[in-house]
Amino acid sequence: MRIRTALHAVARSLWLALWGLVSSVLLFTLAVCSIALIPAGVGVLTAPYALKAVRHHANQRRLYALEWSGVSIPVPYRPLPERGGIAGHVERLTALLKDRATWRDLQWLLVDMTAGFALAILPPALFLYFPWGVVLACGVWRPIVEAGGNEWFAFLHITGQTSANLAAVLGAAFAVIGVLTAPALLRAGFVLARQLLHPGHERELEQRVQRLTETREDAVDHSAAELRRIERDLHDGAQARLVAMGMSLGTVEALIEKDPARAKRLLAAARADSAEALTELRDLVRGIHPPVLAERGLGDAVRALALRMPLPVEVTVDLPGRAPEPVESAAYFAVSEILTNAVKHAGATLVRVDLHHADGMLRAVVTDDGRGGADAALGSGLRGVGRRLGAFDGVLAVSSPAGGPTLVTVEVPCAVAAPAAG
Amino acid sequence: MRVVLAEDLFLLRDGLVRLLEAYDFDVVAAVGSGPELAGALAELKPDVAVVDVRLPPSFTDEGLQCALAARRATPGLPVLVLSQHVEQLYAQELLADGSGGVGYLLKDRVFDAEQFVDAVRRVAGGGTAMDPQVIAQLLARRTRDAPMARLTPREREVIELMAEGRSNAAIADRLVVTERAVAKHTSNIFAKLGLAPSDDDNRRVLAVLAYLDRG
Repeated sequence: MRIRTALHAVARSLWLALWGLVSSVLLFTLAVCSIALIPAGVGVLTAPYALKAVRHHANQRRLYALEWSGVSIPVPYRPLPERGGIAGHVERLTALLKDRATWRDLQWLLVDMTAGFALAILPPALFLYFPWGVVLACGVWRPIVEAGGNEWFAFLHITGQTSANLAAVLGAAFAVIGVLTAPALLRAGFVLARQLLHPGHERELEQRVQRLTETREDAVDHSAAELRRIERDLHDGAQARLVAMGMSLGTVEALIEKDPARAKRLLAAARADSAEALTELRDLVRGIHPPVLAERGLGDAVRALALRMPLPVEVTVDLPGRAPEPVESAAYFAVSEILTNAVKHAGATLVRVDLHHADGMLRAVVTDDGRGGADAALGSGLRGVGRRLGAFDGVLAVSSPAGGPTLVTVEVPCAVAAPAAG
Repeated sequence: MRVVLAEDLFLLRDGLVRLLEAYDFDVVAAVGSGPELAGALAELKPDVAVVDVRLPPSFTDEGLQCALAARRATPGLPVLVLSQHVEQLYAQELLADGSGGVGYLLKDRVFDAEQFVDAVRRVAGGGTAMDPQVIAQLLARRTRDAPMARLTPREREVIELMAEGRSNAAIADRLVVTERAVAKHTSNIFAKLGLAPSDDDNRRVLAVLAYLDRG
């Protein structure tokens, strides 16, 4: 297995060395020429395309870094203006030129085509010594030496069969070294790229502040809307019922001696009102903070929720303890909304919910066998869920190809406290 | 009949004690917390326990946990659980041992004293008393079920009342029909659902509940 990954690393290094070199040189030339030609006018047309191609290339490398070596390189780019027409084009160019990330990208291209190339070519080059050594030992040394050639195999001077055999052995040793060091060298190349492609500290803070501002606004909006809803529900529901009850009881007081039969009817009505008020309050409480969540935590709350659904919902829970209450609540309402969507819109016949906690992340995965086509950007319910999760740095991801199946993942970073003894 | 009562809100506890005493129950202990309840159940061995799900000190499902633990220690110990909300999940846990003598009702049901006292008696006698809301949830999940779809509207009414834990006589009374008619409906229901007939009221109720809860 290790050998296979190492061989993979050799092949990937070769790809990076060759393709990386070609595209880095090409893109660097294009970008620099375009920028240089901006005063001449031509550059204005070509520079945005060239610079965007550079970004694409850099993003491709970020992807490789993550997939091949687990090196995560954050994306530093500011969003570009999206206006159409010539004006939009110029706006984009200005934004690109002003963004420090653009210049860092160009710097990276220079380093990538030199140091990056050297790092990447090393493992495949060492590896290729082996076949060459074998070929020499098989007799190819003869024509070379006979033609008066002066062949050096690394530090070995090839003069006859003995030195050619030695070359084969040495080549094998080189190949082993190449294969063994390939993963580390590949990683080193990506780490080097990260040094240059990584957003500056300032930019990272800027992004964080922007994200916090957005999520704070969402959180404030959300809680204000919730309070309005609760106020309205109480006003139109329980409060009105209590008023009706009070009136009935007042009339009963007046009637109890004159007309006991009617008083009795009114008492029954008052009791019915109080039951209604309780039902409404219960529904309201469930919408604010479901009682099972308070009593049992997220796992059982989702199980209870599943039992309320009109179709079979399989729930698997693997939580070592309880997450902080606000996180539990956000995750619960997220799952609740996703389940409601699956029932209402997806026409699903079976839904699975998987709740677990790993690597400091609470994760809920909901899959259904419905017709798919759900989109977090379109459905207001899912969008609301995403916004609410944002306040906890949580994310919602939807994968729902037309025809299904739909897979919705909710992730919230949090610690899980082990349950108290007893 | 000796009753242990656990309810943390003083007003409600007081009201329940008075209600039960008015119907000639002997309330041997009225407690307000989980540990007290556990002690009273172990020590007094009542004929029936009336327990609120949420109790101090943890204000989680302490009452329910105490009741379940007591039933594990004394199988079949009659327990009627009261709550501000009903959850099928809790109903499943109460019914899991299949031995009967359990009740699970919304606190609102106390408003109707007659019915409530009837439920307490039923549970004390080894029967069940499930809240209509639990049954409604169970039935809502079975709407696509083929055998359930074959029931007539009248039979659905009967199965609802039966699942709540009522006897044939009580169902007849409620639907204003003869007991003979109810008996006919119940045997039809059992035939349509493929359940083994049984003369024992309690066992019949448990079979229906188990059927509804399946799948």
